[in-house]
Amino acid sequence: MASSTGDGSGFSGMDDYESLISTTDAELLKRAWRNEKAAPEILRFEASLVQRSREQIQLMEETVEEYTKNGVDALSVSLYQMDLDRTLFLLRSYLRTRLQKIEKYAFHIQKTSELWNLLSKQEQTFAKRCTDDMEQLFEQSVLSKLPDRYKSHLKQSVISEEDDMVPEAQLDTFVICRCKRFLGAFQLDETGVEKPVDLEADDLYALRYKSIKPLVESGQVDLV
Amino acid sequence: MASQSDPHGSAFSAAELEFLAEDEMVEIVPNMRMDPLNLISGDFGPFRPQIATQVPLWLAVALKKRGKCTIRLPDWMSVEKLTQVLEAERDSARDFQPLPFHYVEISRLLFDHARDDIPDIYMVRSLIEDIKDVRFHKIGTGLEIISERTYAVKLLNLSAMEVNIVRPFVAKALETFYKLDSPEMIQDAERRPDARSQAADRGPRRPLRPR
Repeated sequence: MASSTGDGSGFSGMDDYESLISTTDAELLKRAWRNEKAAPEILRFEASLVQRSREQIQLMEETVEEYTKNGVDALSVSLYQMDLDRTLFLLRSYLRTRLQKIEKYAFHIQKTSELWNLLSKQEQTFAKRCTDDMEQLFEQSVLSKLPDRYKSHLKQSVISEEDDMVPEAQLDTFVICRCKRFLGAFQLDETGVEKPVDLEADDLYALRYKSIKPLVESGQVDLV
Repeated sequence: MASQSDPHGSAFSAAELEFLAEDEMVEIVPNMRMDPLNLISGDFGPFRPQIATQVPLWLAVALKKRGKCTIRLPDWMSVEKLTQVLEAERDSARDFQPLPFHYVEISRLLFDHARDDIPDIYMVRSLIEDIKDVRFHKIGTGLEIISERTYAVKLLNLSAMEVNIVRPFVAKALETFYKLDSPEMIQDAERRPDARSQAADRGPRRPLRPR
């Protein structure tokens, strides 16, 4: 993957000093976008990254306006505009992918507090409205007409022990990923049925998402 | 809800892959003068006539379209190198040659926008097509090795486009195997004596050895 030169203004939380200074916000945003697209469930909202990106975009927009007013050559202005458009696309697509996942798994996210905490404030409002609307829809169109024991939108019937009408993200999907560093023998499965797999740097692997979930969160593994 | 790519198919659409590929750096030779650009993606320039400089591919293509530069062909895209890679791909039945991750997208963009900068363009184009075909064929045969004992598959040296195309198949196949897998299968440990380097059959722990 290309790493563009530029001032590394992002505090990404990585321990490696070199990666800290060589990873720009644009890189981080790209990485967050890729991971979010490839992951079957919703990941942590990168609040500070999104905030910084928005500020940079705003700054750039003002710069472009200024340049057009001052009559800077059209070529530079159009190039700035292109870069701006690209960054905007990344940001928008990132947010849209997340919204899509929230819509899909709205009930599950609302029920599970750890998933709920991965959302930003606006996403939480969105999720709440989503669940309310869907609940209302189910109520009015179907559930009110069913016999009494089957009226819940969360459970199949009153005798169900858990909320089995709630779709959950499939964590067992296989995803293709790449490690940044050599991680050595990595145990894929807690029960020990599967033998450890050597994860080398920069090689592509197809693995179950559940096995590498903690690595993705800590940023050691990238989804492709 | 807005989504640029099909959520049930590949995770990325071809256009999005191209978007990612456009951030790769290439060398250009500008024919004009321009001040440094301080973009969100980084700082580039200053641009002086006849002095080569590195810029991202999207920037290079934009400048090229306006006739402001010529693009220097990346090293791996020379006829000699590509012929070497093609020979190696044909010789090895299982291994993939190292190629830039986005070689398909990069070559496509350069063909579309920088035709006059590529000497022997027809040769280069046909070489890349052949390389693509050989690799695809190898992917097909390689995927046949996925068996019930595969928990992880190593995809050495595949490129972004190829990964994107096999992703739905590989994901579904491995998932189905995983669901059908059960502890009784452990007795079948010694059934497969050879471990191939592309699809790592990771049942009992064996060092990877080409056959």
